[in-house]
Amino acid sequence: MTTAHLSNAGALAAPFPPLLADAQALAATVAFGDHGRRRPGFGDAFWEYRAAQPGDSLRRIDWRRSARSDDAFVRETEAQIAQTVLFWCDPAASMGFSSGHETKAHRAQLLTLALAHLLLRGGERVGVTGSGLRARAGMGQMDRLHAFLERTDAGTDYGAPDTTAMAQNAHAVFLSDFLGPLTGVRAGLSQAVDRGVGGTICMVLDPQEIAFPFRGRSVFESMGGSLRYETQQAGALKDAYQAAMTDRIETVRDLAAAAGWRFHLHRLDQSAQSALLWLFRAIEGPGR
Amino acid sequence: MISFAVPLILLALIALPLLWILLRAVPPAPVLRRFPAVTLLLGLRAEDTEADTTPWWLLLLRLFAIASLIVAFAGPFWQNNPAPPTDRPLLVVMDGGWPDAPDWPLRQDRAADALDSAAQTGRPVAFVQLTDLTQAPEFGPVALARDALGGVSPKPWLPGDVAPILQAIEGPYDTYWIAGPIAFDGGDDLAEMFAAQGTVTVFAPSTQAVAVRPATLTPDGVALTVVRADANGPQTVVVDAVGTDPTGQQRFLGRTDAVFDNGDTAVDVVMELPAELRDRVTRYQLRDRRTAGSVTLADDRLQRREIALVSSSSDAQEGLAVLSQLHFLRQALVPSSDLLAGAMQDILQANPDTLILADVPQVPDPQAVLDWIDKGGLLIRFAGPRLAAQTFAAVEEDPLLPVRLRAGGRTVGGAMSWGAPKTLQPFAADSPFYGLAVPNDVTVSSQVLAEPGPDLAARVIARLDDGTPLVTRDTFGNGEIVLFHVTANADWSSLPLSGLFMDMLERLSVTTATAVSDGAVPDETIWSQSAAIDGFGNVTASNAVVGVESAAFAARPSADLPPGLYAGGDRVLAHNVVGPDTRIAPPIWPSDVVFDTGAGPAVTDLKPWLLMAALLAFLIDIFAALWLSGKLRGPVSAALFGCALLLVPGEGSAQDQIDDRALQAASEVVLAYVITGDAQQDAVSRAGLLGLSQTLFLRTAIEPVAPTGIDLQTDDIALYSFLYWPVTLNQQRPTAEVTAKLNRYLTGGGMILFDTRDGNVSGFGSQSPEMRKLRDIAAGLQIPRLEPIPPDHVLTRSFYILQDFPGRFSGAPIWVEASPDVAVEDGMPFRNLNDGVTPVVVGGNDWAAAWAVGSDGRPMLPVGRGFAGERQRELARRFGVNLIMHVLTGNYKSDQVHVPDLLDRLGQ
Repeated sequence: MTTAHLSNAGALAAPFPPLLADAQALAATVAFGDHGRRRPGFGDAFWEYRAAQPGDSLRRIDWRRSARSDDAFVRETEAQIAQTVLFWCDPAASMGFSSGHETKAHRAQLLTLALAHLLLRGGERVGVTGSGLRARAGMGQMDRLHAFLERTDAGTDYGAPDTTAMAQNAHAVFLSDFLGPLTGVRAGLSQAVDRGVGGTICMVLDPQEIAFPFRGRSVFESMGGSLRYETQQAGALKDAYQAAMTDRIETVRDLAAAAGWRFHLHRLDQSAQSALLWLFRAIEGPGR
Repeated sequence: MISFAVPLILLALIALPLLWILLRAVPPAPVLRRFPAVTLLLGLRAEDTEADTTPWWLLLLRLFAIASLIVAFAGPFWQNNPAPPTDRPLLVVMDGGWPDAPDWPLRQDRAADALDSAAQTGRPVAFVQLTDLTQAPEFGPVALARDALGGVSPKPWLPGDVAPILQAIEGPYDTYWIAGPIAFDGGDDLAEMFAAQGTVTVFAPSTQAVAVRPATLTPDGVALTVVRADANGPQTVVVDAVGTDPTGQQRFLGRTDAVFDNGDTAVDVVMELPAELRDRVTRYQLRDRRTAGSVTLADDRLQRREIALVSSSSDAQEGLAVLSQLHFLRQALVPSSDLLAGAMQDILQANPDTLILADVPQVPDPQAVLDWIDKGGLLIRFAGPRLAAQTFAAVEEDPLLPVRLRAGGRTVGGAMSWGAPKTLQPFAADSPFYGLAVPNDVTVSSQVLAEPGPDLAARVIARLDDGTPLVTRDTFGNGEIVLFHVTANADWSSLPLSGLFMDMLERLSVTTATAVSDGAVPDETIWSQSAAIDGFGNVTASNAVVGVESAAFAARPSADLPPGLYAGGDRVLAHNVVGPDTRIAPPIWPSDVVFDTGAGPAVTDLKPWLLMAALLAFLIDIFAALWLSGKLRGPVSAALFGCALLLVPGEGSAQDQIDDRALQAASEVVLAYVITGDAQQDAVSRAGLLGLSQTLFLRTAIEPVAPTGIDLQTDDIALYSFLYWPVTLNQQRPTAEVTAKLNRYLTGGGMILFDTRDGNVSGFGSQSPEMRKLRDIAAGLQIPRLEPIPPDHVLTRSFYILQDFPGRFSGAPIWVEASPDVAVEDGMPFRNLNDGVTPVVVGGNDWAAAWAVGSDGRPMLPVGRGFAGERQRELARRFGVNLIMHVLTGNYKSDQVHVPDLLDRLGQ
C-alpha cells in the first residue's frame, strides 16, 4: 500500500470526523416532534378547509371537497416556515481548559453540532453568527459547520460573539464559558436584540472552575498566558473565588434575562444529553 | 576550655550575612497552574502577602545549620583540665601483657587520649607496648603513634627485659604509663629509668589478675592451683574443664570452685572427673576471665590412651558378636580410650600406648614389637585355643610372653573333667591389682599353664585358688608384657563378664599413663606449634612456630616462644602462659610517680555533636519549607512518613526454602526420586510416585504427601525413607561424596529402588546398556549380595499377596538382598527370616510408568492391552504398596505369619 492510497483513505474518512459522529449519535437520542406553526400558511400538512372568498385563486379551490356541498372550499395547509438558527461557539483559548479528559471547547462543539443536526433534520436553516458561515438548510451544512468549528482561535484568551451579520428574527445560540470581560458579550447581545434576534445562552464550565480545589502557593495563568495571578495561599481564596464565580453566573443570567434570552449553565461533569435536550426545547420554544 | 584544631575555617563565618541576604531574596518556588477563571481571581487579595519572602525564623534555622557546619569542620574540642604547658616529648607506655586483656579497650582509649592531648599542644609523641618491643621508638607526629596504637593487642606473656632497648631513647621526655595489674621482672628498673628522664604519670586501672597454673594428674583427679595478685577479700573463682564431646562440639565437661579467703593468693583445687571425660578435656579455664593466664592447656600428660586391639581370627559372623575375642575388651575400653584396629604392622606404625593381642599365637615381626615395648609400650596378651596349641610346638621361649607356657593348657570343671571351675585368690600386696575385690562368681574353666621356673613366682600378679597363674607380667626395657592366661571372651572363664575385668584393665592402663607422664621432655625432639593462645585466652589452631628445641621450654613464654600446644614426634606438649610455680603480685611503684585517676576522658571532641545539630536543623528546614509552600498535605506527609519507615531495616524474610522441604520430609512420609537430568523421565518419575502416593493414601494407613525430586549432589537424602532411582544412560557415576552419602543412607535404613526400565529386553539374559550403567553407578555402593527375590520374601506378603511384580513391563526378575541360608522347615510356609529390610531392590519393569497418573488422576501411560493391561497396572500398584509397606514396617509383616501359632499357644 502506498502513501497515495493512505492519503486517499484519509480523504475518504475525513467527511466523517469523530466529533461529527459523536454529534449525530447524540442527536439520535432526541425524538423528533412536530414543527407546525399552528396557523395556516405554506406547508405540506393539512390545516383546515374554509369557504373560498373573493380573491382566492381558482387554483386553490379544492374541487373534491367543494363537490360534496354547494360552496367552494379552499384547502389550507399549516404554515411551515424554516427557522434560522445561528450559533456562536466560543473559539478562544480559555475553552481549551480541562480538568478531566474533555475540554470545554469539545463539549461546546459537540452540543453545537448535535443541535445543528437535529435542526437540519427538522428542515431548519443553520449557520454561525458573524460572516463565517451563512445559514443554510440541508445536511451538507453539517460538514461546513464542522469545518468552521475546527478553526479555533487560540490566539485570544477570551472570546466575544460577532453579531455583525445576523438575520432578522433568527434564533441565536451562544456557547461559551463567559469568563472573559463581559463588555463584548453585552455589546453583541444588545446588537442582537436590536435586530429582534431571540436566543439562548449556554454557559459551559469545568467543575474545577466552580469548586476551586487549589491550595498552596500558586501562580495562576490564563490559557493564553496573558493574565497572571500569584498567591501564597490558594486555599484561602476559595470562598472569595466561589462568590466571584456565583456573581459571574448571575451576571450572565441577568444579561440573558434582560435580553429576553434563555440561560442554561452546563457543567462538564453533567451529561451532554441533558444539555442538548434543554437547548433543543429552548429553541423550539413554548412560543411555537 | 574550647579549642579548635583548624581555626582558619572559622573565617567562613564572615560569609553568613551574605547568606542572609541571598536566602531572603529567594522565596520558595510557587506552582504554576493554567486556569481560565484567573479573571475572577484578579480582584481578590489574600490576607498574608508576608510569606512572599522566607520567614525570619526559617532564615535563622538555616543560618544556624550553616554556622554549625562551619564550626564543626573547624574541629572544636573541649578540654576540662588542660595540662601545664610543656614541650617535652611524651612516651606512652603500655604493658600489653595478658593481665591487661580484661579492660583492654579502656587501656587503648586511654593511650589514644594521652597521645591526642599531647599532640594538641604540639608535643612529639611515641607509643610502645612493652610485650611487643623490638627497637626503640622515635618521637614523631601523633598520626604515626596512633597507627601503632591501632594495631596492638594484648600478648599472652609478660614484658621481658626491655630496659636496654628503651635506654636508646634520647631524653628528656615525659612518660605516661598504662600499667598492668601484675609486676614483672625489670619493671622497677624501667620505672627508675623513666623517672630519670622526666615526669612519670601512671594510669593503673584496678584490674583483677587471676591465673591458673598447669593441671597435674593425681590419683584423686586433676589438681589445679588458682593464684591471684590481690590478696584482699574473699573471692570465688569457677574453674571449668573444656573439651570436645563425641560429636566434636566444645563443651564444659566439669567445673569446680576455687574459694579464696581473705589473704589467700593461691588455692589448690582438685577436679574429679570420670576417666573418659578427663581424657577429653583440652583445657582448663577460669570462668568469665578473658585472659591468657586463666587458661591452661592439657597435653599428653592428661590425654586419652591409644589402645590397639588385634585378634587372631577376623570377627565372627554378624550375630556372634559376644563370641568375638575382642568384644568384651572393646566394650570395656571404648569409653575411656581411643581404640585402633588393623593388622599388626600397621598398628605399630600408629604407635599406640597399649597393644592387646587376643589369642594371637605368632606375632609377625617380634623384633618390631620388642622395640616398641622397649620404648615404653604395654603389651597385653590373652590366651586362647590357638595360643595353647602353638605352645606345643614352640621349643624356644617366646620373647613376647612373660613366662614360658606349657603345651596344651588345661580344662577344669568341664563336662569331661572332674573338679569344679577354679576361682581367684585375693591379690597379693605387690600386685598392681592389690585392693580390688574378688567377686565369688568369677570362675575359670580353662587356662594355659606356665612352666615352673625360678622367676615365675615374681612374675605372677594374679592367681587362681590352686596357685596356678592367671595373670603374669614381665618388664622389657621401658615397657611391660602382661599375659592373661585365659581368653578375652567368656569361653574359658567368666572373668570378662565381671566388673573386676574392667578394674584390672584400668589398673594396667593407668600404670601406662603414669609411666609416660613423668614430665620429662626428651631433649633431642624438635617441636612445632599446633595450637596458639592469644592474650584474651582464645585457643586457635596454628603452625606459626616451628623448629623449637626441647631446652627452650624451660623459659616462660615470650615473643620467641609463644604459649600454646607444641607437637614433636608423637607427643604433644603444652607450653602454658602460667608456669607451675608462677606467683603473681601487684606492682610496687616508686613514690615520685604521679597517678592518673582516670576520671573521664580529658578531651571531648565536639565535632560529631555539631554535625548532628546541623543535620537536625536541615531536616527541620525540609519540613518547614514543605509546610510553607503548602506541599505538606495528607498524602505527601504520609509518603514522607513512609520513607522514614523504609529506613527501618526490615525483617529478613528469606528463610531457607530447603529447610521447608526438610521439615516436610521429616514430619510426613515423602516418596523421593532421583533427578536424572532427563526431563521426560523425571516427569514420569514424579507422576509415578504421585500415583503411588495416591494409591497408598486410598488403600493403606500410609498417607504420603506430594513426592519430591532429589538432586544427589546437593540434597540431603537422610530424611527420606524411600528413593526411586530410574537408571538412564546419561547419568554420571556418582562422585565420592555422593557415594559416601548414599552408603550412609543405605546403612541407615533407607531403601533405593533401582529401575533399569528395560524389562522388555533384559529378560533374555542379555546385557542391556542400562544394566551396565547401573553397575557403573552402583560400583562404589556398599550393596550386599543380591539374589532373585525368593518366593517367601516378605515383599510378597507385606500387604498384598503377590508372586510377580510387574510394572509397565512384566516378567523380568527383581533382585533383593540375599537372605541368610536358613533351612526350610517342614510344615512352615515361610522360612524364619527376621533380618533387616533389604537396602536395595533392583529390577527393570519400569514401575513408575505403570504408577504414573496425570494431573487429572488418570493413568498417564498405557500398560499392556485391554483388561489384561489394567490387571497388570493393578498388580504394579500392589507391588508399590507392598514395597512401601516393607520400607516402613520392615519385617513386621513377616512376623505376623506366626500369629496363628502364637494364638494357638495362648489358647492352651
